[in-house]
Amino acid sequence: MLVLERVGKTYPNGVHALDGVSLAVELGEIVAVIGGSGCGKSTLLRAIGGLDPATEGTITLDGERIAAPHQKIGIIFQEPRLLPWLKVADNVGFGLGDRPKSERAERVAAALKRVGLSDKAAVWPRELSGGQAQRVAIARALVPRPEVLLLDEPFSALDAFTRTDLQDHLLDLWADAKPTLLLVTHDVEEAIVLADRIMVMRPRPGRIFDEIGVELPRPRDRQSAAFDFAKRRVLAALDRSLDRAATGTADEPKAEAGAALWW
Amino acid sequence: MSVVGMTIAAEGNPTRERAVANRWARLARPALGLLLPVAAALLWETIVRMGWASGRLAPPPSVIFATFVDLARTGELQRNTLVTLARVAAGFGIGVVIATVLGAAAGYSPLVRRLLDPSLQALRAIPSIAWVPLFILWLGIFEASKVTLIAVGVFFPVYLGLMGAIQSVDRKLVEVGRTFRLSDVAMVRRILLPAVLPAYVISLRSGLGLGWMFVVAAELMGASEGLGYLLIDGQELGKPAEIIAAIVAFAIVGKSTDWLIALTAAPFLRWEDVVR
Repeated sequence: MLVLERVGKTYPNGVHALDGVSLAVELGEIVAVIGGSGCGKSTLLRAIGGLDPATEGTITLDGERIAAPHQKIGIIFQEPRLLPWLKVADNVGFGLGDRPKSERAERVAAALKRVGLSDKAAVWPRELSGGQAQRVAIARALVPRPEVLLLDEPFSALDAFTRTDLQDHLLDLWADAKPTLLLVTHDVEEAIVLADRIMVMRPRPGRIFDEIGVELPRPRDRQSAAFDFAKRRVLAALDRSLDRAATGTADEPKAEAGAALWW
Repeated sequence: MSVVGMTIAAEGNPTRERAVANRWARLARPALGLLLPVAAALLWETIVRMGWASGRLAPPPSVIFATFVDLARTGELQRNTLVTLARVAAGFGIGVVIATVLGAAAGYSPLVRRLLDPSLQALRAIPSIAWVPLFILWLGIFEASKVTLIAVGVFFPVYLGLMGAIQSVDRKLVEVGRTFRLSDVAMVRRILLPAVLPAYVISLRSGLGLGWMFVVAAELMGASEGLGYLLIDGQELGKPAEIIAAIVAFAIVGKSTDWLIALTAAPFLRWEDVVR
């Protein structure tokens, strides 16, 4: 289980990016973190990944404190970040440097097959399309069999068609070993398609503002009325998160007349 | 009949025809660059042959070629080329080793950079040839001062190239290394080294180019052997053909060493997305 307790982050330049974030994620759960830009959602992910440790609070995975990159935690970034000097297969096997060669080759081949890119094993990363490159990045992150996979807006740089395709593909891959997925996104539909729970964050400093459970059966139909309803709920929560941040009345109930006067 | 038959046969095999045409195009493209120098050489040869110019100070190609062959036959060309090559190799080796160590340190550590770089940048502002009198006073007129001058020439492009390359390594790729918990050594070997290699090879090649420039300067200042000595010898004895033969030798050897670096590095740089 991944547990965050009152996690905060203040950068050396004084920017208070994250404040009092507490969250517990069960093994195999899919949690999406959503919010406007600058709400600290990427900061949160980087803290969990051990890349930029938190300055307050604690992050633990199965009781173990996380302050640096951990072998049970994999990260997928917005860009594929493949190493251009390694062929696709070597990129996928990058995290298996300590394993014997035959095991590495076997697991790489299996992973490439799983993401449907077996024929690209001996190709340079520059020869891949954006969607293919991101699939290789997903394979690279999954090959060491992480317990937690962090995804930082993983599909936001892709076109709409490739994006929905990869969302479905990610769920498919997740079903193999059921790792915990923690996904940062600003795409409401993406959050609803993937997540069991959606944490809505609000900015300055970044805090969890609301939590919305998504209890739709998978695979989720993007066209269904229930999907639409969930979408409206999340959008409404996002709206409220921005309003409150802007007016600074975070803890007061919203008075319609007062709000109108305030504006 | 046979002509018609042949035409039909040729038309009947268009792929082969295209292959032949492609081969011609591949050969013709570099040949295009030869057109101007060859035409100029032939023109000058004709002018001298016809007696319209004496060709005493600017010998025609045939005389240069004969001088070249003559120098090769007596072994003078090989001996002097080897001497020059040895000087460049020594200076290049020393310059590259020092530049690589300092450039890597300055690129990797901000502290070293702040400590070292200002002084080296100040030294870089001095035209390297200006050191020659001092090097001769310190190190004598023989090999040591020549090799040192060449090493100084090689040092700066390699140092700057490597330091800059290390500083501009993509932070995002370094982060990938951190995600997979690479040790410092593994980070250098698996991320930094390959990332830096293309720029390093370019800096080695420009360093080598300067090395060749400076060996000429060093040998012109006084040498009893070497290709630069042939230049001086040709000047003092009024043998322009010998000067030009030495220049040609410089060009051939210089280009060959550059090509050698490019060739050695090529297998490691195949991943680069280059415009062909």
